Parts: sequence; structure tokens; C-alpha cells
Amino acid sequence: MPVELLNTIEVIINGLMTGVLYSLVALGFVLIFKSSGVFNYAQGVMALFAAQTLVGIQTGQVPFAHLINAVTGMHVSKFGFDLPSIIAIILTTLVMIGFAWIVVKVIMVRLVNQEPIILFMATIGLAYFMEGFGDLMWGAELKTLDVGLPSGGSFWIEDVTAQWAVEGENYWGMYVDVLDIWATIIAVFLVAALTIFSQYTKAGTAMRAVADDHQAALSVGISLNKIWIMVWSIAGFVALVAGIMWGAKSGVQFSLSLIALKALPVLMLGGFTSIPGAIVGGLIIGVGEKLFEFWIGVPFLGGATENWFAYVLALLFLVFRPQGLFGEKIIERV
Amino acid sequence: MFYREAGDYKTSYVDDSQTFPIALDRRIYMAAAVLAFLVVPFVMTDYLVNAIMMPFLIFAIAALGLNILTGYCGQVSLGTGGFMAVGAYSTYKLMTAFPDLNIFFIVILSGIITAGVGVLFGLPSLRIKGFYLAVATLAAQFFLVWMFNKVGWFYNYSASGQISAPERTVLGQAVTGANAAPWVSYLFCLVFVFALAWLTRNLTRGRIGRSWMAIRDMDIAAEIIGVNPLRTKLSAFAISSFYIGISGSLFFAVYLGAAEVGEAFGIQKSFLVLFMIIIGGLGSIFGSFAGAAFMVLLPVILKLFFADFIGWPTDLVAHLNFIIVGGLIVFFLIVEPHGLAALWRTIKEKLRLWPFPH
Repeated sequence: MPVELLNTIEVIINGLMTGVLYSLVALGFVLIFKSSGVFNYAQGVMALFAAQTLVGIQTGQVPFAHLINAVTGMHVSKFGFDLPSIIAIILTTLVMIGFAWIVVKVIMVRLVNQEPIILFMATIGLAYFMEGFGDLMWGAELKTLDVGLPSGGSFWIEDVTAQWAVEGENYWGMYVDVLDIWATIIAVFLVAALTIFSQYTKAGTAMRAVADDHQAALSVGISLNKIWIMVWSIAGFVALVAGIMWGAKSGVQFSLSLIALKALPVLMLGGFTSIPGAIVGGLIIGVGEKLFEFWIGVPFLGGATENWFAYVLALLFLVFRPQGLFGEKIIERV
Repeated sequence: MFYREAGDYKTSYVDDSQTFPIALDRRIYMAAAVLAFLVVPFVMTDYLVNAIMMPFLIFAIAALGLNILTGYCGQVSLGTGGFMAVGAYSTYKLMTAFPDLNIFFIVILSGIITAGVGVLFGLPSLRIKGFYLAVATLAAQFFLVWMFNKVGWFYNYSASGQISAPERTVLGQAVTGANAAPWVSYLFCLVFVFALAWLTRNLTRGRIGRSWMAIRDMDIAAEIIGVNPLRTKLSAFAISSFYIGISGSLFFAVYLGAAEVGEAFGIQKSFLVLFMIIIGGLGSIFGSFAGAAFMVLLPVILKLFFADFIGWPTDLVAHLNFIIVGGLIVFFLIVEPHGLAALWRTIKEKLRLWPFPH
């Protein structure tokens, strides 16, 4: 195969891997949006907070150490133990469930029946709150997250693909990060588990009922509060998974929360109410922005087009199909 | 008792249609204007001007602009930072291309250029609404910041990629550049704030303002009773961007002096201005000012109290600032969705009846 084609394939594969991570974040959005009509801007900050909490628990950091030191004049920083990853992940999941409970009880219950845009702005406020709270609790510095997933380039893929090139060309093989492959596998499992959960369990059926019609669900005895807490908990867990993946890739830091902004165009493409839409949209955006950067961005526009390509694509797309690829048709009446 | 409209009789149409129909309001605003123009510039220290008054005035203009779009016309925008950048870079290009043109006209021209860009990015609003539109404006935010970063023409191919304002004078006094006296910069901004606030007040109570509000309250119904959505939405985008462009222009040329686009006009600025109008009050001119004052003062006060008085490290105070701002946003949306302006209305209602409860 010619080298250009191989390079393009490499770009597409890497785009697909990034797209999977976008899909993971977008999935959290869709879950909450379907069940409560809330567009949760805080999803990205939830991923950041979950990753911070995970690192904090794993390495035995004292929560609010900085604040305690400032107030009391002590010098605490660590408890002095390291927890195994699996226990830390379970504890972090519990923290995210507790957080979901607080959000629903304190905020969502009081904003029932408000306009979507008010709810959206409330979650922006929530995002700011969590950002400050997470930094206050665990410190704002860049942390490395290591839960034992392998990472680095895969030599096997490099060796195999190197032989595909035309004889005599200077080609070194494709670079594919093992971590990305793991992320893809985990994401596939997560989506499968969520689908099974929502299709075949009682709680999942109740969740779909609430998504379909709040009032009808209430009238057959489904507790909206419980479902919301459940959904926010699941979204918290999805955020944790996304946080682990991005955190392991590029460290736990503020920019992690910006993936939420990237998930927005993903949803625009896929439609806000569709789980398959979130996945397909994520893949399209992931591949699209990498290919655009490769073909047009670097040669003609000076690079870094990944910052805006997704939004402009979504914008153009919206003008022609406002409900997205898989969304329900928007019907409005006076 | 303290606040009353009684005894304020109008005997002509001119009386009836003046900017502030209630006599007490008129006197209060006049007193505030006199205070701001004639007293404040001569009693303020340089620290007060730079830390509080200038950001307050400049962000008040941006908040007024965003309030026109979001509060009055109901179109949420997260592109404020990007539009401010358009204002700033137009100012820079105009200042360097026409050194003899008065800075006053340059600022206004920058506003007009930003209005054009705003209309361009407002076009999708005819098809999409709500937070779909919010995401579309995010496209503006990221694209514009990227463009000013990458295209050398916009920063005259300077090595640092920064833009810096050369010295320009108004009536013989330096307004921009290193030699500008704080009180001159303050007065220069104040003139714009005063004129634009006056303009907003009159726009929003007239025909165009009412058509904005009709679109905000229910766009389909508005269309049926004969409000043209194309003209209304795009005019809101144009006028809002005009304000935001002027604010960006002043922010760069008069306040900062030198700017780097990602840092000065990033997505954080968009959120900051959005928070100002949520806390201040959506669809309220007083609210734009109250919100701008609040968001400018809060970090200063927190820093004074916790860092300088109690002695906490500053990064801790920065985190606390985030927590308080986020908490307040949620609190206001739950308790008082109309913001500080609604609190002020309640106080007025109480003052009117005082000392009687009903």
C-alpha cells in the first residue's frame, strides 16, 4: 500500500480512538438529558472531580489538606498509605453516588418545571462550584493517574503495519497507543452493560418510562426522585470512567473538564436523546477533526484546527438538520 | 414613603415619553451621573481605578450587550469572549492602519465591525434555538480565538503574537498607551457607558425592544402576530455585538494596553459575562450594572478579606471564589431567577409602602 494511504488509515484509527472518549462523555450527557430534560454542562467537571477523587483516595491524600493547614497552621498532607486501584475506584464510585444524591436533593428538585435554558445555566453554576470544590479538596496541581492500565505505543501494530508499505519506502509503521485500545474495549463493555441494564432490568425499565413521560411514570408509582438519583449516579460513574481514561492519558488537570465542551458538538450531531447517536456522533467528530487537521489544517491553515472544527461542523450540520442524526423530530406548537 | 410616583403628573406626550418617566428615578440617575462624572475621577486612587472602576465599566458594557441578546431577545450566547476579541483586534488594526484617526471613532468603528461578525454568527439562530444556539455560539468563540492566534495579519506579524495599543490622545490627554492617566481612561470609558446605557434604555422600551421581548417569550406566537423573526433576531445579534465589540475594544486599548487573545478573551470571559447577567438580572439594565459590579467586586473583596486580612494563600482564595460564584449562580436561579434587579424591585416596593406593611 502507498504510504499516504497508510498515513490516512493511521489518522482514522487514532480519530476513532479519540472519538470513543468523546462518546463516553456524551453518553453521560444523554443519560441525564433523556431522564430529566437537564442538559448537564457539569459532566466534564464531574469527570475531573472523579479523577481527582480517585487519585486522592489512591494515594491517601488528606482531603482539604491545604485549607486545614491554612486555618490551623498544621502541616498535614497524606495519611501515609496507598490503596489498591480497585478499592479506590469503588470508594470513588460511592463518592459520586453521594454527590448525585446531593445534586438531586438540593438543586434538581427545586428547579422542576423550569425552562431548559435555566436548568442549563444552573448546571454551569454547578460546574463552577465543583471545580472550586475539587481543587479545594484535593489541590489544583497536575496529578498523574495510574490504575494499572498499560500505555505507550504498541510495537506489535507498528511491526505488522510496517510491512504493508510498498517495498523500498521509508515507513516505520503505525503508532497506536495501547491505552486507547483498552479505552475502546472498556467503552464497548460499558455501553453494552448500560443497554442491558436499561432494557432488561426493572430499574432500567423505570428509567426509560421516566424518559418517555414524566407524568405517566409518576402515575404508575415510579418515584422521580429515585430515578433521578440513579441516573445522576450512573452519569457520575460514566464520568469516572471517562476521567480515568483521559486522566491516564494526559494527567488529571483543569483541561480535563473542557472535554465536556467537546461533547456538545458530538450531541448536536447525534441528537440529544439517542445513545447510539452519542456513539456515532463521537466517532464522526473524532475522525473528522483528525482528518481535517491532517488534510487541510496542518498543510494550509497552520494547525490546531481541532479546537474549533467540531463546533463548526455541528453548526453547519444544525442548519440543515436541527434535531441531529438520530434525534426525535422537534415539533413546536403555540 | 421614600419612593413614590404619586403627584407626578404628565401634561404632554413629551413628558410621557421621556427616558425616565418617574421624577424620583430621574433625580437619582442624574445624581449618579453627576457623581460619576464630576466627583469620582478626582477622589479616586489609582488602585481603585485599575482594580475596580475600569473593569466594572468595561464589563458593564459587555453585560448590557449580552443582556440585550440573552435577557431581552432570549438567545443564549457563549461567544462573548470571541466577540470582545473581534472588537479588540479591529481596534488594533485600525489604530495601526490610520494613526491620525481619533480613538473615539476607532472604538465605535470596532463596534460596527463586531456587529457585522455578530450577525454572521447569528444567522444559525433563525434555524436553531435554546442551548443548540449556545453551542453554535461556542463555534464563534473557539473559531475567532483560533483565527486571531494563527493569522499573522491580525497582529501585524509581531514576534510575540501579542497586540499592544500605541498612544492616542483625546483633547490633548493620552487615553491609551503607558502615559495615560487613570482618571482620563476612566472618563473615556464612562462616556461610552453613559451613552450606551441611555441607548439601551430607549431601545428596550421602544418598538425594537418590544419585538425582542415578543421573540423571547414565544417566538412562534410572535411570528404569527407579525414580528419578523429574521429582522428581530439579527438586529439583537448586531446591537449586542456592537456593545460587546466596544467593550472588547476598551478592554484591550484602554484597560490592558497589551493582550494575548487566548488569555484575555478565552471562554472564561464568556462565562464571566453570562454570570454577570444571571446574577444581576436577565432583561434588566440596572441588573447588568449590578451584576458587573458584583462579579468585579467579589474576587477583590475575597482577596482582601481572606488573603490580606486572615492570611490564607491566594490559590485557596481563588478556589473559594469559584465555589462561591458557582453556588451563587445556582442559588439565584433557584431563589430569584431575575437576579439582583428583582431584589431591588422588591426593596422599592417596600420603600413605597413604608412604614405600613400593606
